[in-house]
Amino acid sequence: MGIIYALWLRQIRRYTRSSSRLIGTIGQPLLLLLALGYGIGAIYRKAGEGDYLAFLVPGIIAQTVLLSGIFWGLIILQDKRFGFLSELLVTPVSRIKILLGSALGGSTISIIQGILIFLISLLLGFRPYDWLLVIPALLILIVMSISLTSLGAGIASMVNDFQGFQGINNLLITPLFFLSSALYPLNNVPRPLAIISSCNPISYMVDAMRFFLSNSTHFGIEKDLIVIGITLVLTVTFAVDRFNKIEM
Amino acid sequence: MSEIIIKADKLVKKFGEFKAVDSISFDVKKGEIFAFLGPNGAGKSTTIKMLTTMLHPSSGILKMAGHDVTKERDSARKTFGIVFQDPSLDEELSAFENMDLHGVLYSIPKKTRYKRIEELLKLVELWDRKDSMIKTFSGGMRRRLEIARGLLHEPKILFLDEPTLGLDTQTRNLMWEYVRKLSNEKGMTIFFTTHYLEEAEDIAQKIAIIDNGKIIAKGTTKELCKETKTETLEEAYLKLTGKTTRDESSADNNGLNFKTAMRNRNLR
Repeated sequence: MGIIYALWLRQIRRYTRSSSRLIGTIGQPLLLLLALGYGIGAIYRKAGEGDYLAFLVPGIIAQTVLLSGIFWGLIILQDKRFGFLSELLVTPVSRIKILLGSALGGSTISIIQGILIFLISLLLGFRPYDWLLVIPALLILIVMSISLTSLGAGIASMVNDFQGFQGINNLLITPLFFLSSALYPLNNVPRPLAIISSCNPISYMVDAMRFFLSNSTHFGIEKDLIVIGITLVLTVTFAVDRFNKIEM
Repeated sequence: MSEIIIKADKLVKKFGEFKAVDSISFDVKKGEIFAFLGPNGAGKSTTIKMLTTMLHPSSGILKMAGHDVTKERDSARKTFGIVFQDPSLDEELSAFENMDLHGVLYSIPKKTRYKRIEELLKLVELWDRKDSMIKTFSGGMRRRLEIARGLLHEPKILFLDEPTLGLDTQTRNLMWEYVRKLSNEKGMTIFFTTHYLEEAEDIAQKIAIIDNGKIIAKGTTKELCKETKTETLEEAYLKLTGKTTRDESSADNNGLNFKTAMRNRNLR
C-alpha cells in the first residue's frame, strides 16, 4: 500500500509543480466551453433545441478527462525516455504495482481537472438538473478517468518516441472527441456520423454524464453503463498487458 | 574471501538471429572491484541488463549472491544497486524525494530510511541541496545523487555503468575514491564498465574484456599485460580489440546510448 501511495504522490507532486501542464490540459476545454457555450448557444436556442450550455457541459467535462487522462497515462513514455522507468523496473516491486500507482495518480489528476471544469461551468451559468445526481456523475467521471489513463498508459508502453506521441494526439484524441456526442446531439446528424459516434465509447461516457447532470440521454443510461463497464475492463487489461511487455 | 557473488555461466542473449552476448562465463568474488570493458556494441550493456534483471537471458545461468536471477528475480533485485549509464532521476522531484521514493520501493522502514538518506546525502555532499529540484542540478551532482540512491538499500553489489561519463576530473576522482572506500570498508562488490582505461587500470582488481559478444580476456591488469606483452592496460586492450572504431549505438538498439539520451533531453 505504501508503495502505491508513494508512486501516486509522485504524480500529484509533478502535477502541482507544473502550471504549464495544468493550463495545457484545461485550456482547450475551457476555450471550447466559452466559444461554443456562448457562441453557438444562441443559434442552438433559436433552432428550438433549448439550453446548449446544459447540453455542452457534460461533453466538455468528458473531453477534459479524455485529454488529461490520456496525457497523464502517457507520462509513462516520459519515464521511459528520461530513464526513470529503468530505476522503477529494477526495484523489487511488481510491475502491476508500478502501473497501478502511476495510473491512479494520473486518473486522480484527471478527476481534479474534470471537477475544475465543472466548477468553472457553474460560474458560466450551468446548473445541474439535480444536485443529488452530481454524485453518480462523479462516479462516471472516476471510472472514465481510470479507463482513459489506462488507455494512455497502454499506448505509452508501446510507443518509444515523442513523434509517436504527437500522432496519438492527432489520430486518437481528436477523433474520439469530435466523433462523439460531446458537441452535438446525435438525433439529427447524417447517418454515417451517427453510426461512427455510436461506436465510440466516449459517446456513452458523455451520454451518461448528460443523463445525471442535464437529465437527457440518447442511448439510455443502462446501455451507457454497460459500454462504460466493458471499456473499463478492456482498457485496464490493455494497459497491464502492454506494460508487462516493456523491455528496457 | 574467495566467496563468489556473481556467477555467469554460458550466458547467451539473442535478438532475433543476432547474438549480442555469445555464451560468456565469468565469476566475481565478494568485495572485488570488477571492470567490464569492451568497445561500443560489444555486449557490455546487454550483459549489465541481464545481470540487473532488465533483460531475460536467452540461455545460460546467472546467479547473484546465491539467487538465480531469472527464477528469484525479486530476491536478486534486493542484492544490488545500480547507477545507470543514462540519467535516471525524476527531474521534477527534489533530491530528498528521489531518495525517499527509492527507499519506499525497497520497503525500508521510515525511520531507517530517513537516517540513511541523511547519512548518504551528507556523504555525497548534497545534504544542503536536499530540497532542490533535480532539474537545477549539474551533471556531477546528479551522478553523486544516483550513487547515493543506489546505496540506500545497502546492496551487496553495486553496478556502475559508465559512471564517469561526462564528469569533470575532480568529481571523477572523488567518485572513485569513494567507490574504493565502499569496497574496502564495507566489502561491497563493485561491477563497473568504462571507456577510460586508466580508470580501470587504477581501480579494478579484476578485468574482463568483451568483444563481439564474447569474453576475449580475463584477469588482472598485470596478467593482461603479460599475456599481450604490453606495458599498460590501454595497449593490452587495443591489441586485443583492434584499432578500428565501432558503431555508436549497441546492436540491441533498445539500449539508448548516452548521446540519444542527451538529445532527448534537449528536445524537452
